[in-house]
Amino acid sequence: MSIIIDEGTKLAVSGLTGREGSFHGLRNKAYGTDLVAGVTPGKGGQDVEGTPVFDTIAEAVTEAGANTSMIFVPARFAAAAIDEAIESGVETVIAITEGIPVLDMLSTYWKAKEKGVRLIGPNCPGVLSPGKANVGIIPAQFFDPGPIGVVSKSGTLTYQIGNELKQAGTGNSSIVGIGGDPIVGSDFIDILRLYEADPDTELIVMVGEIGGDAEERAAEFIASDISKPVVAYIAGFTAPPGKQMGHAGAIISGSSGTAQAKKDALEAKGVRVGESPTETAAIAAEMLRSL
Amino acid sequence: MDLLEYQGKQLFAKHGIAVPSGEVANTVDDAVAAAEKIGYPCAIKAQVLIGGRGKAGGIKIAQNAEEAREHAGAILGMDIVGPHGEGPFRVDQVWVEGGSDIAEEYYASVILDRGEKKLLAMVSAKGGMDIEAVAAEDPDALVKRHIDPSGFDAAAARSIVADAGLAEDALDDAAEVLVKLAEVAREEDATLIEVNPLIVTAGREVVALDSKVTIDGNALFRHQDLAEIADTVDDPQEQMAKEKGLTYVKLDGNVGILANGAGLCMSTLDVVAQAGGAPANFLDAGGGSKAEAIVNALEVIKSDAKVSAILFNIFGGITRCDEIANGIVTASQQIDLGMPLVVRLDGTNSEEGLRILAKADLPNLHQEKTMLDAARRVVELAGGAA
Repeated sequence: MSIIIDEGTKLAVSGLTGREGSFHGLRNKAYGTDLVAGVTPGKGGQDVEGTPVFDTIAEAVTEAGANTSMIFVPARFAAAAIDEAIESGVETVIAITEGIPVLDMLSTYWKAKEKGVRLIGPNCPGVLSPGKANVGIIPAQFFDPGPIGVVSKSGTLTYQIGNELKQAGTGNSSIVGIGGDPIVGSDFIDILRLYEADPDTELIVMVGEIGGDAEERAAEFIASDISKPVVAYIAGFTAPPGKQMGHAGAIISGSSGTAQAKKDALEAKGVRVGESPTETAAIAAEMLRSL
Repeated sequence: MDLLEYQGKQLFAKHGIAVPSGEVANTVDDAVAAAEKIGYPCAIKAQVLIGGRGKAGGIKIAQNAEEAREHAGAILGMDIVGPHGEGPFRVDQVWVEGGSDIAEEYYASVILDRGEKKLLAMVSAKGGMDIEAVAAEDPDALVKRHIDPSGFDAAAARSIVADAGLAEDALDDAAEVLVKLAEVAREEDATLIEVNPLIVTAGREVVALDSKVTIDGNALFRHQDLAEIADTVDDPQEQMAKEKGLTYVKLDGNVGILANGAGLCMSTLDVVAQAGGAPANFLDAGGGSKAEAIVNALEVIKSDAKVSAILFNIFGGITRCDEIANGIVTASQQIDLGMPLVVRLDGTNSEEGLRILAKADLPNLHQEKTMLDAARRVVELAGGAA
């Protein structure tokens, strides 16, 4: 098994007619993902290399059977597109777009909660279930099927760790990029819960970074609810306070949100934290061998 | 994006929150002229983006023109270090405002609670001091309540200020201020608004005596006035990076860093520090691999006089390492670095990328296979810690 996406995923891509949306949407299709629809208001009836385009996500659901929506819409229109997806009848919305105003996400977050729709992102690389489906921009060539579930705030850092796991001869049940924004639809806890329930996931790698307290909350949750081993990595030990380090959410506010506090919180609950991406992958591979 | 005190107060005034009137000044003469106009006593306040200004000597009261001149002279040009070691921040501007007759000092804030995904209102009767210290010493002194996403009215606000133990005759006005702070958050896309102190004057008027406001940089497209403030950056490298559209943060070491992706870039800074080096900057090259982007990035890094070696850490995903290698070769023809460049290319088409670099045989370019080896090498070449 895997989490969030698999062979049963029927994907509708909002923004499929755009440059980025078509590039990545068609890459996802080439990987084997069942791309059933594109969505662009006013372009219903067209197609993108054989994939039909609809005016609304709701039509993609009723006409093409979409159950998963990917949002590749420019930032200032993206929250409205996510809201539309939440109302459309899909089960999962994966928002790749970076730069959405955080207060827009605040209301969108609660809309998703009320509707019981799983929202991943925004500002995330998406989800990959190796050998089954890829929704987003994760380069699939660095990930083989295997027993390690990965959940991360960062894209390239995850590829780096994934590649080292692959070289160590192992692979992944799924890779979930939860995104680097201050408000994301799914936090570490939401994804940890899914991996705990997934019979094919034997070990979890969690990649965090400075800002907020999602890692500290995850540490508590791991202690109370996760029976599988977890290995963590935290980026940003050298980040100065008050400076946004690329991701909108990667900022130390006053004395809160530091990498050290996150590492301490995780280690206090018995989670091993790697010093570098390389060491993190090595710890995960070693722990897997001893399971 | 953080606002200076006076910019925050102007935002408050726009939303009907009472603030002392004042003027901003960039020179001692302008500060004295402002003081003469406003009258005495008046406060001369350093305008820098950091707390703890009072303790650092950045806020002074002047009773006459002579004192105004003396204080403005001392404050303008001084360096202020923040309570968590931030900065130093050079004072280029002061805010001169009329003195307030303070009867009570409170604390009020509205912030984005990332964990709970709600706006959080906080009020305390113990204002005018470090609120983190107040909360640590006496948690009950700080009343925290989430703002209902469906709305926040005077009654809800009143119950918060009443629970915080504010003076009975100030409750209605303080509640109104809290409602307006929430309005500022929503309408101006502010993720943090802090008023410390929120004072009650001898005349029992509730006035915001200070402001700390953070605006969501992603929302500036709908706030033209605030976007103009965002365009002014003090640091020359940060200014240059902004003009070139790069995500750059200046640090104070000697190892210049360029990596792709925010997470990998932060991680690169960390491994350089672990190897005994001091990173000079954060620079996320993003998905861009074009020679132009690489030239721009190298120009910004090089313009920092402290930098003595540069690390280029790329893990190609969608980005192809061969394109990046070609970009490095082109860039090296356009720009004379005059210092060692350590390159680590891994991921998509990395072998082809490494072959391109080897063939170009660029002087002062050092290739390393892994991130950790590259970090060690660049620290060695930079001459150890700064």
